[in-house]
Amino acid sequence: MKRRKFDLAATPGKAAVGVDDRFQVATPLRRLLNKVFPDHWSFLLGEIALFSFVVLLLTGVFLTFFFEPAMTEVVYDGSYAPLQGTPMSAAYASSLDISFDVRGGLVMRQMHHWSALLFMAAIVVHMLRVFFTGAFRKPRETNWIIGSLLFWVGFLAGFTGYSLPDDGLSGTGLRIASAIMLSIPVIGSWLTSSIFGGEFPGTIIISRFFIAHVLLIPALLVALISVHLGLVFKQKHTQWPGPGRTNANVVGERFFPRYAIKQGGFFMVVFGVIALMGGLFQINPIWLFGPYEAWVVSAASQPDWYVMFLDGSTRLMPAWEIPIPIGDGYVIPPLFWPTVVLPGILVGLSTMYPFLEARHLKDRKSHNLLQRPRDVPARTAVGAMAVSFYVVLTLSGANDVIADKFQISLNAMTWAGRIGLLAVPPLAYYITYRLCLGLQQHDREVLAHGVETGIIRRLPDGRFVEVHQPLSSANGHADGHGELEYVGWVVPKKMNRLGALGPAVRGFFYPIEKPVEAPVSPGHPPVEARPEREEIGSGESRR
Amino acid sequence: MSTHTEHQAQQGREPLDVNTPGLSRFDIVREGARRDDIEIVHYEPQVVAGSKAERRLVRLVAGLFLLTGLAATVFLVVYIWWPWQYEPGRGGDKFYTPLLGVTMGLALLGIGFGILTWGKKLMPKEVSIQDRHEGAVDEEGRTITGQTMLYVSDELGLKRRPLLGISLLAGLAPVAAVAAAPLVGGLISQPHKNNQMFTTGFAPAEGGERIRLVREDGRPVRPADISSGGQLTVFPGIEHGVSNRHADSPTLLIHLRDSDAQESRRANEKIGHGDYMWGNYAAFSKICTHAGCPASLFEQQTNRLLCPCHQSQFLITDNAKPVFGPASRRLPQLPIEVDSEGFFVAKSDYTETVGPDFWERP
Repeated sequence: MKRRKFDLAATPGKAAVGVDDRFQVATPLRRLLNKVFPDHWSFLLGEIALFSFVVLLLTGVFLTFFFEPAMTEVVYDGSYAPLQGTPMSAAYASSLDISFDVRGGLVMRQMHHWSALLFMAAIVVHMLRVFFTGAFRKPRETNWIIGSLLFWVGFLAGFTGYSLPDDGLSGTGLRIASAIMLSIPVIGSWLTSSIFGGEFPGTIIISRFFIAHVLLIPALLVALISVHLGLVFKQKHTQWPGPGRTNANVVGERFFPRYAIKQGGFFMVVFGVIALMGGLFQINPIWLFGPYEAWVVSAASQPDWYVMFLDGSTRLMPAWEIPIPIGDGYVIPPLFWPTVVLPGILVGLSTMYPFLEARHLKDRKSHNLLQRPRDVPARTAVGAMAVSFYVVLTLSGANDVIADKFQISLNAMTWAGRIGLLAVPPLAYYITYRLCLGLQQHDREVLAHGVETGIIRRLPDGRFVEVHQPLSSANGHADGHGELEYVGWVVPKKMNRLGALGPAVRGFFYPIEKPVEAPVSPGHPPVEARPEREEIGSGESRR
Repeated sequence: MSTHTEHQAQQGREPLDVNTPGLSRFDIVREGARRDDIEIVHYEPQVVAGSKAERRLVRLVAGLFLLTGLAATVFLVVYIWWPWQYEPGRGGDKFYTPLLGVTMGLALLGIGFGILTWGKKLMPKEVSIQDRHEGAVDEEGRTITGQTMLYVSDELGLKRRPLLGISLLAGLAPVAAVAAAPLVGGLISQPHKNNQMFTTGFAPAEGGERIRLVREDGRPVRPADISSGGQLTVFPGIEHGVSNRHADSPTLLIHLRDSDAQESRRANEKIGHGDYMWGNYAAFSKICTHAGCPASLFEQQTNRLLCPCHQSQFLITDNAKPVFGPASRRLPQLPIEVDSEGFFVAKSDYTETVGPDFWERP
């Protein structure tokens, strides 16, 4: 029998042919590799959320190997001396074990917590980017709604997660959560009793929160994130206006190789930053809080940052109780308004915003080009109003700490928050609107008259005028140059932007590239040489 | 719309035969892109092959990857050999977590920046334009799909056989309820079992025996245990009284100064609680009526009790009435006296509902 020669180099090719014979994937794969993505730093904010979510899943799975979701009372006998002999729940004891008796457990726990905070922060910043650039408009309303839901589901994931260790701080948060559920009219006590399996705290809530936190909520998050990404893929990403960019095309880089490589690198960077944070910055030191006891609390008990706005709204709410004198008498507690009604309104307003705006503007077109915030003053101002509302609430969530550190009366802080909540948003609206108009006007001004050069010329009659560098060549206008139209993108406003300083030389300590080299290599389309830049200056030569 | 017309021009374009001899790999890549309505309009290598700049970048990327290897190795060494078990004081274990984080972070950042530099600096820059294929709505496609779906309903004959539709709905509705029933039925729990929302651990025992006020360690409390102006958290002296099983029971026993006690008693009498205090001692629920946190910061000078969660403030000398913040209801007062052995006992349970408010609180 003749021995066939084994050709190692041909193996991948053969394998690929074999795969394609069976699944016919070559063409779909080419379409995927070739898909064009527009590039801008602000498009990477959502990615941070996605990558933190991956880190959350990885570290979370690790934690489940050691966490015991039970409220059975045990006596702590782990290696953390100050709590030895203390009766506590099994959940708290196992969280202490993760921190002290599992090798590398603390760094994983802290990475999990930090990535959760980063996940929520990235969602919020990404949402602001989408809002202020108008990326939520038709055809992307569905993705906007999914995105807002992701915030609230992430909120639930965070809350159920930080309640699990059953420490002194999280137990207080849980108590408040039970009070919030209790405050719902008619069904409040039934709802609370059903969730907690009786009166607070009961013995089952930690195991219920555990299954919600490790299965139900992550499953929902994965589902929502998949649809979110799928829609970005299907509808193609929005892009900023610019040369060659229209509503009907996407200008950017193909998915493979460069775009995917940059994504992969960015993932590693996000992961690395989370690892650094998890190692260097302490977060949620549960061993200092002690086990949850219904009668113990300390000042400066703040929740995670994304819950603080609700804490703030609760603090600012006046004590308005609504008694209903029927039969034995019923009551709507003041807690109901800031913690149930307000989030309800926020969910409704934020998810419905794309439709409200389209209805108001009678806009039924599809938009794939982004808008600069200054070009849509009303929307930008509404956004600023929402952000300032949120910021006042979040700051009020820490008003006791602010009062303490800055020696302000606590009651004054509460009143400042109450007044601020009503006064700051309209003010933010007005200021933002004016700022947008001012920026718009300046853009038009530069387009019409050119960039300020900083060169003052003295006219024969003694007057001084500043020389402007027009952005277009003269075409018979009375003032000597043509007026350019605004195209929705950055207008150069400094001479440097026009190349007055010559090409930038890259490199930190020494130049890493020679700016004059025009690279040419065979097999590529000829590359046009860079046009010579004409020096615009005072006439003096710069050597 | 110039690109759109370009695109239409491309549609009429003859596809390139990729088997033509002499085609470079890039030609085939570009042809593939064109078949996906992508035009690579700009493609520019960033570094000249063999140039100094290229060598420097290659060294940088390689250095980053090697840094990753080094950091990862250090991580493993630290993980295995560094003393990690907790010891009180300033042991080496305090550096364990920071060292793990730093080495892991450096390893990951090394890969990350290495890949980024490779992709961003060493690979050719490009600008490609892809058509979105929007706007041109496929009207025909809509019609065909719509009619296909309507035809399904024709085939089912729902219009001619309405009984089928009605019976289907009537039959399926209870099935949906079957899916929900075990979940709802299993979870639902009567909130007023044993009148639990209106009673605390201080309710007299079955024989009418009064419940003692005890400290956290279970010892009963004598009046002499609290100095004037002082306060103590007390619990019902029953089994598990000092635990979360009686989360509504923690009570603040306050020894008021003479003048404050008189004021407090007058306020008590006004609302018919004249006999709730014993001497200068008054006991109030520690559970805030707002959101259930322990209202535990007592300001001796003003006799105010502050809840640190949402800053509700209660004036103890005025029946613990809320004077600031979001709480709307006073802290319930526990009627107390001293038994024959000289220990504090609760005369009865709280006469008002303890804890956060809810709908059916009478």
